[in-house]
Amino acid sequence: MATLNSTLKSPADVQIGGHGPDNLPPHYWGGGDGDHGGDDEAPRFYERLRRYRMGVAVGLASVVMIFVALTSAYVVRQGLGSWDDRTATYANDWKPLPLPETLLLINTVLLLASSATLEFARRNIHQQGVTAALGHIPGVATDRESSVPWLGISIILGVAFLIGQIAAWNELQHAGYFVSGNPSTSFFYVLTGVHGAHLLGGLLTLFYAALMPLLGKSLDSRRIAVDATGWYWHFMAALWLYVYALLHFVK
Amino acid sequence: MVCPKCGTSNPDVNTFCEKCGAVVSKPVPVAVAHDAAGTHEHGQAHAAHAPHHAPSGFIRKYVFSLDHKVIGIQYFFLALTAVFVGLFLSVLMRIHLVWPDAKIPGWGPIMPEQYLTLVTMHGTIMVFFVLTTAPQSGFGNYFLPIQIGAEDMAFPVLNMLSFWTTFVSFLVMLAAFFVEGGAPLGGWTFYAPLSAIPQAGPGQGLGADMWIISIAIFCVASLMGALNFITTTLDLRCKGMSMWRLPLTVWTWFITAILGLLAFGVLLAGGILLLMDRQLGTSFFVPGGLVVSGVQIKHNGGSPLLWQHLFWFFGHPEVYIAILPGMGVASQLLSTFSRKPIFGYRAMVYAIMAIGFLGFMVWGHHMFMSGMNPYSAFAFSLMTMAIGVPSAIKTFNWLGTLYRGRLRFTTPMLYAIGFVSLFVSGGLSGPFLAQPTLDIYLHDTFFVVAHFHLIMGVAAIFGIFAGTYYWFPKMFGRMMSETLGRIHFWITFVGAYAIFMPMHYIGMAGRPRRYSDIRLFEYLHSTMTVERFISIAAFIVAGAQFVFLVNFFWSLWKGEKAPDNPWDCTTLEWTTSTPPPFDNFAGKTPVVYHGPYEYSVPGAPADFVMQTDPSEVHSEGHGHD
Amino acid sequence: MGLALLVVLSLITLVSSYFFAAKTWWMPAVASTYGPAIDAQFAYTYVAMGVVFIAAQIGLGWFAWRYRDRAQKVDYSHGNLRLEATWTVLTAILFVGLNLMGQKIWAEARFQGAAPGALQVEITGMQFQWYFRYPGPDGKYAKTDPTQADASAGGEAALGLDTTDPAAKDDIVVNTLYLPVNREVDVTLRAQDVIHDFYVPALRFKQDAVPGLMIHMHFTPTQVGDYEVACAELCGLGHYRMRAMLKVVSQQDFDQWMAAKEKDKSAQ
Repeated sequence: MATLNSTLKSPADVQIGGHGPDNLPPHYWGGGDGDHGGDDEAPRFYERLRRYRMGVAVGLASVVMIFVALTSAYVVRQGLGSWDDRTATYANDWKPLPLPETLLLINTVLLLASSATLEFARRNIHQQGVTAALGHIPGVATDRESSVPWLGISIILGVAFLIGQIAAWNELQHAGYFVSGNPSTSFFYVLTGVHGAHLLGGLLTLFYAALMPLLGKSLDSRRIAVDATGWYWHFMAALWLYVYALLHFVK
Repeated sequence: MVCPKCGTSNPDVNTFCEKCGAVVSKPVPVAVAHDAAGTHEHGQAHAAHAPHHAPSGFIRKYVFSLDHKVIGIQYFFLALTAVFVGLFLSVLMRIHLVWPDAKIPGWGPIMPEQYLTLVTMHGTIMVFFVLTTAPQSGFGNYFLPIQIGAEDMAFPVLNMLSFWTTFVSFLVMLAAFFVEGGAPLGGWTFYAPLSAIPQAGPGQGLGADMWIISIAIFCVASLMGALNFITTTLDLRCKGMSMWRLPLTVWTWFITAILGLLAFGVLLAGGILLLMDRQLGTSFFVPGGLVVSGVQIKHNGGSPLLWQHLFWFFGHPEVYIAILPGMGVASQLLSTFSRKPIFGYRAMVYAIMAIGFLGFMVWGHHMFMSGMNPYSAFAFSLMTMAIGVPSAIKTFNWLGTLYRGRLRFTTPMLYAIGFVSLFVSGGLSGPFLAQPTLDIYLHDTFFVVAHFHLIMGVAAIFGIFAGTYYWFPKMFGRMMSETLGRIHFWITFVGAYAIFMPMHYIGMAGRPRRYSDIRLFEYLHSTMTVERFISIAAFIVAGAQFVFLVNFFWSLWKGEKAPDNPWDCTTLEWTTSTPPPFDNFAGKTPVVYHGPYEYSVPGAPADFVMQTDPSEVHSEGHGHD
Repeated sequence: MGLALLVVLSLITLVSSYFFAAKTWWMPAVASTYGPAIDAQFAYTYVAMGVVFIAAQIGLGWFAWRYRDRAQKVDYSHGNLRLEATWTVLTAILFVGLNLMGQKIWAEARFQGAAPGALQVEITGMQFQWYFRYPGPDGKYAKTDPTQADASAGGEAALGLDTTDPAAKDDIVVNTLYLPVNREVDVTLRAQDVIHDFYVPALRFKQDAVPGLMIHMHFTPTQVGDYEVACAELCGLGHYRMRAMLKVVSQQDFDQWMAAKEKDKSAQ
C-alpha cells in the first residue's frame, strides 16, 4: 500500500534517490552536495571541462561512423565482381594503388609529432591553470607560460601535415592516378580528403585557441579550448594511422 | 467547483471542466523546493563566466538567439512550413492519380516525370524537414533542458548553428525546384544508378546535385544537434534527476539523438560518394557497360547495392528517429490524462533502448528483393520480427496505463489515444513485410506505402499534434481552443484511416509504387475506385489542417491566458512560469524528489505529486522512487 | 468523448477488417507452384495480425469509454512484472514463429538454383521496355556488347547482341514472354541502365534486375493464360509504362511458337 507522508520535512532530511549524473567522483559535481567551500569558480571550471570533453567524445562517435561507412564501402568495392559483357564473367576492376609511401611516412611523423607537442601544450596550460589559483598567496610563484611555444609548434606541424597530404595528392596525379581512374585511387582521395577536412577543422580551432589571449579570453576558457581540441587532435592522429594502415595493408 | 461557463459541478481537483473544457479553478499550488542554502546552483556553462543574462536586441533575441526555447520554436516553424509544402505536393499527387490528364491552373498537365518529382520531394521534405525536425529538434530543444532542470543546452552556440544550418539545408532543397531541369525524380531513397547518372531522367542533373548537397548539410546540422542533446542529457541534469527519473519524453529524445549520431554520418559518407560518382567520374555505385538514353556510360565496376546498404543503414534508424519522440509524448500524455503512472516505466525505457539498438540491425529488410544474398535476408528478417517485440511491449503498456485510470479527454489526450491506434494499425502491417516470403509479393506495392504512412505520416504526426496542443500553453502563454482542437482531431483521425487503410487493399491487388498513371494495366482497373476514395479523403484531411492553422495562430493572440500548470502535470516544465523565463527557472534550479508520473498517489492532497515536491512517496515494489 | 472513441474505433476496425476478409481487392488468382504456399502464409499472417488488430483497437476504445472520468478512484500502480514478462514472451513466440513458418518457401525459391533441364530465358530491363531472350537449341546465350546497343532498333540490337558470336545464330529476342505451362523456367535477370524489377503478381514472383549483376531465379507457371508484367522499382519517367505480357501456353503451342521464331531467324 503506497503512502504519502505529507509533513514537509526539510529537504536535507528527505531521501533523495539520485544525485544527478551517476557514477562520477564527488569532486566533479559542482556544489550539489552542499560543498561550497573553497573557490566557487573551480567546480564550475571542472564542470565546463568535463562538458566540453564529453561533447568532443560524443562528436567523435559520429566521425567514427563516417569512417566505418567509408571502410565498409572500401572493403566491399575491393572484392566486388561486376558483370562484364565482353568476357561474360564477373570481373573485379580493383588495381592496388602504389602509395606515395615516402611522403605519407613523413606526413605521419609530422602528425604524430604535432600530437606530442600539442600534448605538451595541453599539460602546460593546465599546469598554469592549477597554479594560478595560488597566485594571491604572497611569495608563491605561479607557472609562467612555458618558454617553448608548444601550441604554435603544433599548429605549424599540423599545417605541414596538410601541405604534405596535398603534396602526396600531387605526386599521385603526376604519376597519372586521378580520382576517377581506379576505385583504389578514388578511395585514396576520399579517405585522405575526409580525414584532412576534419583535421583542418581542428586546426582552425587551434588557431583560435592561440589567438584567445589576444581576444582577452580567460585562462580557464583557454584551458578548455586547448584541452578539448587536444583530445580531438589525438583522435585525428589515431584516425590517420588507421586510414594509412587500411590503405597500406588492405590492398 | 462549479464551471463558470456551463454550470457543471466539477471535482475540486479539476482545472478543466469535464463537460465543456473551460478553466474551472486556480492551479493547485505547486511545491518547488530550493536547495538547502538557497544559493544559485550553477550547473551550466556559458560563453563567459558572468551570470546568465537575458539577451537584448531583436537579432539576439529572435534571430540568432542562443536560447534553446527560441531555437525550438524556430525549428517548429521551419517544420510547420515544410509540412504545408509537403502536404501541397501530396495533394497534387492525389489529383494527378485520379485525373491524370487534368490541367493544373497556372501549370498545365502534370507530366510523368513531374509526378515523380512530386513523389521524391514530398517524401524528402516530410521525412527530413518535418519528422526529423519537429518532434526532436522542435519540442526536444524547447523542453529537454527544462524537463531535466537545466538552464539551457550544453552548447548554446552550437545549438543556434544547428538551426541555421538546417534552415540553409531547407533553402537548398527548395531551390532544387527552380534550377535547370528541376527537382530530382529518384524517390527520397535516391537509388543508384538512376541517381548517379544525370542522363537517366529529367531533374537528375543539377536538381539531384542540389538534393545531395541539401541532405549533406542536413546531416551536419543533425549531428551537431545530436551532440548537444546527448551531452545535455548526460551532464546537465539537476540535483535528484537521476536517469531513472527522467520523463519518457527525455528518454526518447536522448535515444533518438544517439540514433542520429550514429546514422547520419553514414548517410553523409554515402552522399559524398554519390556526388563523386556524379561529378568526378568515380565508380562507387555505377557498374560498367551501362547504356542510358543511347549514351555509353564510362563508369565501371561499381555496385548499386552498395548505395542501398549505405542508405538503409541510415534509413532504418531514421524512421525510428521519426517515431520515438512521438512515443515519448504519447507516454507522457496518456499518463497525465489518465491520472495514473505510466505502466511499467522501466520496461518502457528498456523498450526504447531495444528499439534503438535493434534499429541498426534490420536495414536489409528494405532490400529483400534487391539481389542481396538470400541467406542474409533470413537474418535481417529475424531481427525485424525481434524489433516488433519492444514495440508491442510499449503498446501493451499504453493500454495498461489507461486501465483503471481516470481519463480526461482533452485535445492532447485525444491525439495520444489516436497515436496508439494508428501505431497499432501501421505496426501490424510490419510482420507482413518482415517476412521475405510475403515481401516477394508486397515489396514496392502500396501495401508498403500504407505501412509507413500510417506509422510516420499519421502516428508520428499525431505525436507532433499531441505535443503542440499539450505544450502550446507553456510555450506561448495561452490555451488553444478545445473546440477547434476536437474538430481537427476527429476529421484528421477518421480521414487518415480513410486515406491509408484502403492502400493495403490496392497493395494486395498488386498496385506498384511510384506509378504516375495506372490506366495502362488491366489488372489495376478495379483499384481506380479505391484511388478516388483515397483522393477525396485526402482533400478533406488536407483541408482540415487549416482548422489547426487557424486554431494555432488565433490562439497565439486571442487564446485564453494559460496558468502555469493547466494540465495538472508533474514534470519540471510545469513548475515554472508560463512562458518560462529566459533561464527557465528564474535563478532557482529545481531539485527533484520523485519519478515523473506520480499521479493519484494514495494519501496525497492532490491527484498529482510534482517531481519537485519534497513529500515522501512510499510505494510497493520500488527501490528507486 | 469516451463513447465516441469506442464507437469510431470499432467502426474503423470492423469496416477495415471486412474488406480484408471479403478480399474485395486482392491478389489475382495464383498461377505458379510457389503461389499456394505464399498465399497460405498470407492467410496465417492475416489471421494472427487480424486478431491482434481487432483486440487492440477495440480494447483501446473500450478502455477509453470504461475509464472515462466519472470521479472514480484510480488504481495507483506502476506496472506488473509478471504481466510484462508474459506478453513479451507471447509476442516473441508469435512473431518469430510466423517468420520461421514462412522460411521454407523462401529457402526453396531462393537458396537453391533451378533443376537441370529447366527452360532458360534471359530477361533484360531497360528504360522503358522489357526484353526476353531465349538461347535457342544450342542452349548458349551469345555475348552482348553494350557499345553495340541501339535501343531505337529494338530486338537484338537493343541488347547489343554480338552477331559475330556463333551462339547468336539461334538467340531469339522478343518483347512478350512465352512460357510452357508446368515447366520450370530458369530466368537470368539483368538491366542495362538503372535498377528495374520484374513483377508478375499472378505468379507471386518479383525480383530486382540490377545493372552489373546476372541474377538467377526460378519458378514454374501452372495455369495457361496471359499475365501482365509490371516494373516494380522506380526507373525513371516511364516506370509506369514498362508493361509486358507473359503468355503461358501448352508445351505444344510453345514448341510451335519457338520453331516458328527460329525459322524466321534463320531466314534472315
